[in-house]
Amino acid sequence: VLDLAAVPDTVVSPAVYGEKTGGPVLDFSYVGIDAILEQMRRKAMKQGFELNIMVVGQSGLGKSTLMNTLFKSKVSRKSVLATAQEKIPKTVEIKSISHDIEEKGVRMKLTVIDTPGFGDQINNENCWQPIMKFINDQYEAYLQEEININRKKRIPDSRVHCCIYFIPPTGHCLRPLDVEFMRRLSKVVNIVPVIAKADTLTLEERDFFKQKIREELRANGIDVYPQKEFDEDAEDRMINEKIREMIPFAVVGSDQEYQVNGRRLLGRKTKWGTIEVENIAHCEFAYLRDLLIRTHMQNIKDITSSIHYEMYRVRRLNENNTTVAHANGVPEHHLTAHEM
Amino acid sequence: MASTEIARQAGEGVRGVPLAGHVGFDSMPDQLVNKSVNRGFCFNILCVGETGLGKSTLMDTLFNTKFEGEPTQHNQPGVTLKSYTYELQESNVRLKLTVVNTVGFGDQINKEDSYKSIVEFIDAQFEAYLQEELKIKRTLHSYHDTRIHACLYFIAPTGHSLKSLDLVTMKKLDSKVNIIPIIAKSDAISKSELAKFKIKITSELVSNGVQIYQFPTDDESVAEINSTMNSHLPFAVVGSTEEVKIGNKMVKARQYPWGTVQVENENHCDFVKLREMLIRVNMEDLREQTHTRHYELYRRCKLEEMGFKDTDPDSKPFSLQETYEAKRNEFMGELQKKEEEMRQMFVQRVKEKEAELKEAEKELHEKFDRLKKLHQDEKKKLEEKKKSLDDEVNIFKQKKTAAELLLNQAQQAGGSTTLKRDKERKN
Repeated sequence: VLDLAAVPDTVVSPAVYGEKTGGPVLDFSYVGIDAILEQMRRKAMKQGFELNIMVVGQSGLGKSTLMNTLFKSKVSRKSVLATAQEKIPKTVEIKSISHDIEEKGVRMKLTVIDTPGFGDQINNENCWQPIMKFINDQYEAYLQEEININRKKRIPDSRVHCCIYFIPPTGHCLRPLDVEFMRRLSKVVNIVPVIAKADTLTLEERDFFKQKIREELRANGIDVYPQKEFDEDAEDRMINEKIREMIPFAVVGSDQEYQVNGRRLLGRKTKWGTIEVENIAHCEFAYLRDLLIRTHMQNIKDITSSIHYEMYRVRRLNENNTTVAHANGVPEHHLTAHEM
Repeated sequence: MASTEIARQAGEGVRGVPLAGHVGFDSMPDQLVNKSVNRGFCFNILCVGETGLGKSTLMDTLFNTKFEGEPTQHNQPGVTLKSYTYELQESNVRLKLTVVNTVGFGDQINKEDSYKSIVEFIDAQFEAYLQEELKIKRTLHSYHDTRIHACLYFIAPTGHSLKSLDLVTMKKLDSKVNIIPIIAKSDAISKSELAKFKIKITSELVSNGVQIYQFPTDDESVAEINSTMNSHLPFAVVGSTEEVKIGNKMVKARQYPWGTVQVENENHCDFVKLREMLIRVNMEDLREQTHTRHYELYRRCKLEEMGFKDTDPDSKPFSLQETYEAKRNEFMGELQKKEEEMRQMFVQRVKEKEAELKEAEKELHEKFDRLKKLHQDEKKKLEEKKKSLDDEVNIFKQKKTAAELLLNQAQQAGGSTTLKRDKERKN
């Protein structure tokens, strides 16, 4: 029932079903409401989409290659190993590169955010800080634009929709760095953990490793994507449970094509065989691709905007509130500390 | 210790990059549409027009259903807005349709304020959305959007020109809502008169600077049909929920002795065009224009009115909350000042009254004294009079006594003779 303060009389009548009989032109029982789907589609095609993916992991885990494999183009530049001095990074950098890609009329602005230097130092304390800061900065930029009086028609979305975390294929368990990072960042961004360079693990080792990882994530209260609490309905839950049973995906990336059984496939050629990237018997790249791109892309963006961003906004607006209240002599007791 | 150094590579001049194979993000529009289907859609139509122009019937005809509501009387004291929400479903699309009717529009003798309640209603919906958007904990994605997406303005089929009420109302509404003017009950006008009428209306709207909704022509797939339809505005419509048998089909029509007007016959009226434009082609655009143009304008004006300003880029970032707090404190300060002023005034008044009363008391005392004196004087006078009277009485008494004495003496002398006589007698 609609309840408008300005108007007292409102009524809701039971759902009226207008059937589209799909007959001849003059079909007077068909209103045409479902044409809105087509209208929405048209609008989406015209506007295009934005996607911002961050890749985090030690150098040499194949982050850039994986991105290039996912998007079948050079969207990420491999870190150029230069001179000896430059080889040891002193900082965690955040490098963000955007490309316009198009497929079947659908245009997308893809931004890959690389984090060279993460986990590469001897002392990696707080190496997640610059990353946290970057993510929060994007939320801040969006918030600033949103609260402007004169604001843009479409607020440019630079918020990190998804953070792919590369776990080195040790085969044993998560390292403290992995746990620390994922614990902190899963609170502000969607984390998709993957086992990198999975072609060094046998299937049994892989399963064992995955199980161990899942246990450790659970034990540490780390909620990776797809998060259980954001399942919308039973159908959603069913689909997402299946995914949750499979993460982290064991992936192999490649931008080289090889001839396999008369077909040209992306793969890695070794002396003992060719690993086909898109073959699910070999690795789980295809599942990752389907999750990220073909089925859950919109969902990932939605969770970022309606949950992570909103949480940031609430924290930020409350923090301003207490700052001002404090200035007025109100005792502070609920200052929310930034997880840094 | 990892120091924080953030290097940003130029993202501007975003390059295009060809894809070496099928990636799969072409499913994005589908993903987006699916999400919307799960959420359901909202569409809100406002019907403005005089009583009796067939607004309710037209809604019934457009959406193929019988909406609730009795036809209104013509004796409403002012314009009120009645809104009804319905859940419609077609294949997998669920639509929450809200129809708002202006009750009593054009019925009053003095119609100067007729447009006000309409503007207030539209603004109230914007305000509600703005409030939700400004909340700290908000749920925008599940918010029931009540903002008016389309305003169907019903023009009476006089055949001549627009009424001044129409022009004034549309002028007040054109910056707040998408106006689609339609000629109601157009079966009252002949074809030739109709063409002239449409031209007259369009030219009046243009010369008065009324911005009506233009069907968008920037997307090639619908540019052609939209621009054709733009030239057919205002649509001349006829509404009917009654069905009549024509040939071997039942069609919606109005039956007259001289013929039958078929609602969905494009030669008879523009109903099909209206339905096409309003629902099948531009519903989403209407919603978008409402949000990105009309609502933004309202929001901007409202925030500026409340005193917010955009800070310049190099000053500290602010939040609405902060400014709100500052404003609130300012307001409280003013309130306190006012309170103080009132208190002062009160004290002043009390003093004045007190003085007045003292004055009165003094007067009263004086009066009392005066009266007392008067009274004393009177008393004195009376006493004097009494005294003089007493004196007179005394004198009189003395005289009386003297007189009696004389009489007595006289009597004694005579009495003794009498006695002698008596004695003589006896002897």
